[in-house]
Amino acid sequence: MDNMVDARGLSCPQPVMMTMNEIRKLGKGEVVILVDTDTSRENVSRAAKSQGWQVKSVDSEGTGYRITIAKD
Amino acid sequence: MGYEMLKGLTKKLFATSPGIIGVGAFIGVFAPLLQKWGNPGNMGVCVACFERDIAGAIGLHRAAVVQYMRPEIIGFVLGALIAAYVFREFRPRTGSAPIARFVLGAFAMIGALVFLGCPWRAMLRLTGGDGNAIFGFLGLIAGIWIGTRFLKGGYDLGRVQPTHTSVGWLLPLTMIGFLVLMLVFPPVSGQNQSGVLFYSNQGPGSMHAPVIVSLIVGLAVGFLAQRSRFCTMGAFRDLILFRQIHLFSGVVALLIAAFITNLIVGQFHPGFAKQPVAHTMALWNFGGMVLAGLAFCLAGGCPGRQLFMAGEGDGDAAIFVLGMIVGAGFSHNFGLASSPKGVGPHGIAAVITGLLVCLFIGFTMRKRIA
Repeated sequence: MDNMVDARGLSCPQPVMMTMNEIRKLGKGEVVILVDTDTSRENVSRAAKSQGWQVKSVDSEGTGYRITIAKD
Repeated sequence: MGYEMLKGLTKKLFATSPGIIGVGAFIGVFAPLLQKWGNPGNMGVCVACFERDIAGAIGLHRAAVVQYMRPEIIGFVLGALIAAYVFREFRPRTGSAPIARFVLGAFAMIGALVFLGCPWRAMLRLTGGDGNAIFGFLGLIAGIWIGTRFLKGGYDLGRVQPTHTSVGWLLPLTMIGFLVLMLVFPPVSGQNQSGVLFYSNQGPGSMHAPVIVSLIVGLAVGFLAQRSRFCTMGAFRDLILFRQIHLFSGVVALLIAAFITNLIVGQFHPGFAKQPVAHTMALWNFGGMVLAGLAFCLAGGCPGRQLFMAGEGDGDAAIFVLGMIVGAGFSHNFGLASSPKGVGPHGIAAVITGLLVCLFIGFTMRKRIA
């Protein structure tokens, strides 16, 4: 996996800020974000959508979630 | 419909705009109603005021007019705990610079008590017609704005670690302990003390809705706010940082609902002078809330949100709450808290000290940039 944001253990707004930075850096493509609270999962998904990215999948991983977002 | 499916749907609903707006409106209706039922004017469910009253009830300060074991606060934590368990979101965690959170909590309280209210009360005062709250509200936004500059500059208190379930239970258990104390030592009419607890005979501390009503509303707010992540600091922070209006829509809903409710029950009295539990020193209404807003932003949540996070197992949020309660003790023992007459003898010095402490935390606690 090329683009990975590990936001585990961080609380808002850090996971969203890290995701936004990655989105701005790449412009398009695919990013995987690791978070460990439901609040972060919701916030990251909401932020990605607001930037025109698609939430492709949200999978449980360990005690948290693995979120895959993408933009063509 | 299966239980899991129902739970999934509820989960989705709360994460959406109708969810957050509904919760804001719920608080906006019930906070003024609690005033109608006995709570102090324009105070509704003020987290700072009520934690201060709890500090008084357990004797951390001896300001005789603000001592009462507020069941609303107990309800907020336990309601959030119940919601976190029902929806499997209870995550015991801690270790993100707890001492910094304690200090931020203490100074957040000191700032809030110079203004006389948390962000929720700023809104309740505003919708009750208290013009002084405009300055507090502007101060809050200014403080949060300063906080977002630090966030942009890499401010970060570090990652939490998962921990024992019982760690996450310590603050909820403390709240259960407070409730038990209140049942064992209930207020006795005309007496300032009942067993180990203190109760005000006059002033705001003597004004309260029936215990069971306060507790039920507290539990409901705690449950709903845990689900929706309602946060007044986050509302402005996200608006400033990301131009995102999700949490902000909850704040707007609270304002509208509280304004309408106050109008209906006859609690809207516009003006500046003689507002309930308020003073007219505009600069320090502003300054106190700059300090509070900055401290909330650096700690990642408004006082209400910290209680809800503590309920879902966040040990660092619990430390912030304890910092606020201890800060209330300092506020009244050191003459930092304001009164309707104006700021306390050392309130201004405390706000300046608090701002310096927040700047120290903001400037020195950054991510190491590799």
